[in-house]
Amino acid sequence: MSEVVAPEKEAAVKVAVMNQLPGQEPRAESPLHHADLETVAKKGPKQGGVYLQELKLLGHLVLRGSVDNAEFMSGAEKVLGVALPSALQSAEAGDLSVRWISPDEWLVIVPGAKAFKLERELRDAMGGHFAIVNVSGGQTVLTLSGPNAEEVLKKTTPYDVHPSNFPVGKVITSTFSKTQAVIRRTGDESFELVIRRSFADYAWLWLQDACAEYGLVVRG
Amino acid sequence: MHYIYCPHCEEYREEEEFHAAGEAHIARPLDPEACTDAEWADFLYFRTNSRGLHHELWVHATGCRKFFNMTRDTVTYEIKEVYKVGEQPQVTADQ
Amino acid sequence: MTQKNRLQSGGRVDRSTPLTFSYNGKQYTGYKGDTVASALLANGVDIIGRSFKYSRPRGIVAAGPEEPNAVLQVGATEATQVPNVRATQQELFNGLVCESTNGWPNADFDVMSYIGKAGGSMLTPGFYYKTFMYPQSMWETYEKFIRKAAGLGRSPLENDPDFYDHLNQHADVMIVGAGPAGLAAALSAGRSGARVILADEQSEFGGSLLNSRELIEGRPATEWVASVVAELSELDNVLLLPRSTVNGYHDHNFLTIHQRLTDHVADKAPAGQARQRMHRVRAKWVVLAAGAHERPLVFGNNDVPGCMVASAVSTYINRYGVAPGQDLVVMTTNDFAYQTALDWADSGRNVVAIVDTRPNPNGDRVAAAEKRGLRVIKGAAVIEVQGSKRVSGVSIASIDAKGDKVVGSVERLSCDTVASSGGWSPVVHLSCHTGSRPEWRDDIIGFVPGKTVQKQLTAGGINGSYSLKACLEEGARQGAEAATNAGFEVAAAAVPAVAEVKEGAAMALFHIPHTKPTSRAPKQFVDFQNDVTAAGIELATREGFESIEHVKRYTAMGFGTDQGKLGNINGMAIAAKSTNRTIPETGTTVFRPNYTPITFGAIAGRHCGERFDPKRYSSMHKWHLENGCTFEDVGQWKRPWYFPKAGESMQDALNRECKATRESVGILDASTLGKIDIQGKDAREFLGRVYTNAWAKLAVGKCRYGLMCGEDGMVFDDGVTSALGENHFIMTTTTGGAARVLEWLELYHQTEWPELEVYFNTVTDQWSTMTISGPNARNLLAELTDDIDLSNDNFKFMDWKEGSVAGVPARVFRISFTGELSYEINVQANYGLYVWEKLFEKGAKYDLTPYGTETMHILRAEKGFIIAGQDTDGSVHPYDLGMGWCVSNKKPFSYIGKRGMAREDCVKPNRKQLVGLKTKDPSVVLPEGAQAVKDPNQPIPMTMLGHVTSSYWSANLNRSIAMGFVRGGLERMGESVFYPLADGRVVEAEICSPIFLDPKGERQNV
Repeated sequence: MSEVVAPEKEAAVKVAVMNQLPGQEPRAESPLHHADLETVAKKGPKQGGVYLQELKLLGHLVLRGSVDNAEFMSGAEKVLGVALPSALQSAEAGDLSVRWISPDEWLVIVPGAKAFKLERELRDAMGGHFAIVNVSGGQTVLTLSGPNAEEVLKKTTPYDVHPSNFPVGKVITSTFSKTQAVIRRTGDESFELVIRRSFADYAWLWLQDACAEYGLVVRG
Repeated sequence: MHYIYCPHCEEYREEEEFHAAGEAHIARPLDPEACTDAEWADFLYFRTNSRGLHHELWVHATGCRKFFNMTRDTVTYEIKEVYKVGEQPQVTADQ
Repeated sequence: MTQKNRLQSGGRVDRSTPLTFSYNGKQYTGYKGDTVASALLANGVDIIGRSFKYSRPRGIVAAGPEEPNAVLQVGATEATQVPNVRATQQELFNGLVCESTNGWPNADFDVMSYIGKAGGSMLTPGFYYKTFMYPQSMWETYEKFIRKAAGLGRSPLENDPDFYDHLNQHADVMIVGAGPAGLAAALSAGRSGARVILADEQSEFGGSLLNSRELIEGRPATEWVASVVAELSELDNVLLLPRSTVNGYHDHNFLTIHQRLTDHVADKAPAGQARQRMHRVRAKWVVLAAGAHERPLVFGNNDVPGCMVASAVSTYINRYGVAPGQDLVVMTTNDFAYQTALDWADSGRNVVAIVDTRPNPNGDRVAAAEKRGLRVIKGAAVIEVQGSKRVSGVSIASIDAKGDKVVGSVERLSCDTVASSGGWSPVVHLSCHTGSRPEWRDDIIGFVPGKTVQKQLTAGGINGSYSLKACLEEGARQGAEAATNAGFEVAAAAVPAVAEVKEGAAMALFHIPHTKPTSRAPKQFVDFQNDVTAAGIELATREGFESIEHVKRYTAMGFGTDQGKLGNINGMAIAAKSTNRTIPETGTTVFRPNYTPITFGAIAGRHCGERFDPKRYSSMHKWHLENGCTFEDVGQWKRPWYFPKAGESMQDALNRECKATRESVGILDASTLGKIDIQGKDAREFLGRVYTNAWAKLAVGKCRYGLMCGEDGMVFDDGVTSALGENHFIMTTTTGGAARVLEWLELYHQTEWPELEVYFNTVTDQWSTMTISGPNARNLLAELTDDIDLSNDNFKFMDWKEGSVAGVPARVFRISFTGELSYEINVQANYGLYVWEKLFEKGAKYDLTPYGTETMHILRAEKGFIIAGQDTDGSVHPYDLGMGWCVSNKKPFSYIGKRGMAREDCVKPNRKQLVGLKTKDPSVVLPEGAQAVKDPNQPIPMTMLGHVTSSYWSANLNRSIAMGFVRGGLERMGESVFYPLADGRVVEAEICSPIFLDPKGERQNV
């Protein structure tokens, strides 16, 4: 279940890499588990101006490295299947997506079970100074879509989310009401939010309120 | 409410994403032990508090978390330039 | 009551839709399209309130936001009360309830008026200072009295049932004002494809065109307005915001708009709708087309109800179909007010006279009035009004060419309404919000926007351009320029044909002379809301208050909720004249946001109640809730404080939790501690630079406690950092310090030591952390893991191991904040609650006891462990804390804090040092913050030696324990210090080691 990566060229344990997922039995709870969105989805309205869904228990890896580190950039591209995107861009390859976060930081999201394997492959493929951190338990993904989704974001973030400034594929980290979020436009009327775990309840409270006038539809 | 160009994100963002981190170009002395108490106090506490052009350190706190420098007019609040840490200002008071 | 002043036809009100409303408890009827002001005037309500200082009856003066008197309290229920609503801006709806705010107990009969009449001459300007400021202790009493009498309105005592909203907007072109200039600008800019926002405070677009009878393309101007609005409504790139006051213009073209969404519909917003919305607009370019306000003239008894601003009279006739009287006298310094006389005459009422201060007026409107046969008295002025609750007549007299003195005999005319016009003041307020000073223009006799660093253009009345043609032309041109500047090149929209009106030159006159000197003449009001008179301003200047800012503060001119929109320029002109200066030399006071009052609801938006501030929760929060936890706020986190059982007091619960932990095993949710993942080959070097102790030799698998100092050498955070790998560490911080520490590391990495190869990432939320502590901790953990050898030889104190706990991969750190055998179990947060529950399943037989921050504080205090932020306050270095063991001066790099700690003051003897304190009476618990003195009998002020930082009842020791600072305390073991308390008790305590329990540290090493 866990191992310590010791690259061949180095003798000592450099970085502790850990498979954080247990077998089947232990129960995993996403940051919004307590909100019981499945029940809300079943009992709540089916039509409305905004659709909200938690994409829970995904694998989240933070990649840190310099664009000038060729071993880092090429290693990432080789393993991910896409090049690390440039400023404010995102990229997708199959069930994997990558977001630019800062000049030396990217966020990769994959199905939860793939995170550990992906981290090992990335570490094997990369060289030089870089870091990878598994943050799968520390954040969650919400999708916000529908004809009024953009209006809800206008209540929530000071960033200009008009399509002329925020086209499909663009990703930013900004203020999200009184917390922050990674916000990506995934379609004309759809957005993806990455929210920190401890703020998830606040974000959920906020979104329920901000969406109320348009009719909020929760999807399980 | 400033509108600030982040040199790392390469676009304008609202002030609420940032915070100021004091005067820019206050370098930590390379040999602190060689500093007199007065010199160390100068590094710790004394700032120019300019009226007019001022070089400041800011951080894109809820954005990319990178620090950068800004030349700002403290009277009109005009931002004259932003530049990365390690770079020197192009707009200075003695121009 | 009938609408005795309502005209049979005309105006934009819908006579087929009557609306009833209540004013001061009486029912009235108005029409859809009315404001409260127009409906009250239609009903012949003359008195709308009592004045602030003299309690004189006051009526409606204006028709817009500049109205100083008609300030109402609106609301049908306690919860829906809104103070400070201008009747001129509140649209009428069925069932509206309002009352005067000025006037106590009521507007018609007012007890204050007797004080005003009796003491009028004593209530000179500066009365705030002269009368009320002394004695200062009485101010609170005075303030209640003043507030009530002054009619500032009151806030509701119940919660507002409505909700409010904020929207962040981004525009290429933001246009303020939808009069002719703003509409023309919007047409130009809108057609360019630029993102345009057009906002106007009124219920409909059109501005002055709604009030006038001017023609555009030979048709009523309102038809042109409708066609423009229709075109703009079709454009996706244009956002139209009626009922939206642009209230603030902030730096870098950031504007705030207060939109009233349902205030015109009902007392309370319809279900599901926001009542008001704040738009927070970032605009590339701004076009200010805010228009101008007409100035009334300053003359004797000019506050008697029935005295109005001339253009307001026209507005009530033309827009609302209300002629607020029968017999009108117009006094003017310019041509515009002739239109008011014409409008009045056309409504079938009697124009007694037009009194023009100019000897030879000659514009087109003058000719029209004369052609109509209206009496025009030239070179004369209304020097005084007769009447108390309503104008009954005026005294007029000839004045000299400069308007300085009365030169002829006084004639009396009967009338019930006086419309005055002293010319127009451009609405420069917004342009001043960003620090720009307005500039005086003699040709228009007014201030216009001055130089600005904002990307701002201006059009129409705000520029002193008052003809319709000029407004349309400037608007079209500036709208196109703004769009072009914003990157949407476009030509100006074509300007429709309008008739050109020849204007005669206006006269610069503000204050009408009287036969008596100003100080003896009947009161000539400048600022109606604050009862500031011309005599008062002259007195202020005579008393030496020459700066206009001082005049303002001394007289209170412009201090009201109208912010002097009507009176300020007149006041400045009077101050200028009495100090023999020009108006530009005298200058203006500073206009600041907001332009008009705004509700707290709109400011708060959705950030109220549960959404006021984020609450952060750990993965185990649900369990805490289900198990009776009482929470403590630590930063934004909700941390378990203690877990009382039924019937237990807080102290009972703490005693139980403390004993259970030392006797068997307790568990703490420590997930909120900050956690920072550090990777890179220079991670170790970096740690050595930011911590005071050594990190070079910390082996992989080991943990170490560290103190973090600022460059001044003062402790600001602490925590345990563990070597996960040669190049991989995990740092813990205090709960409240997590964000600050991460930014501190980034600051030094990015600005001072970018050459060090290291990356920092927050993993605070990634790990659920549960600390089991107590002699049975190992036994309990053993039941849940089969792959970690827990023997003391293999898994020592300050080691960490990886393995599984309850089948979940975990990192277990053997570190202790209680002094007991402790394990800190970290699992991915998605499994936190699962593992926590498994611990309780197996923990029952050990009486596993959950504890919170309070028991944690007691247990650590028994061991003398500090809490950064409680036992430190930014003025103590590690040696002050007796923690010299945590400082390494052998490190080659001068770590942060080293030089600071070596400063003269930091190394001097007799600094305040942290020590343990045992009260002589073990049952007495010292209050935290209590001040230590050596001699309790010393007269006050006593010499204070330090203070108590941590103090608790220790159930394990069956006595009180405390930690605190005492000057030179580490050298004074065994001595007594005294703590004189606020209740008169003096508590004696002995200075001792802060380690009260297990001084050799054996319990954590078993």
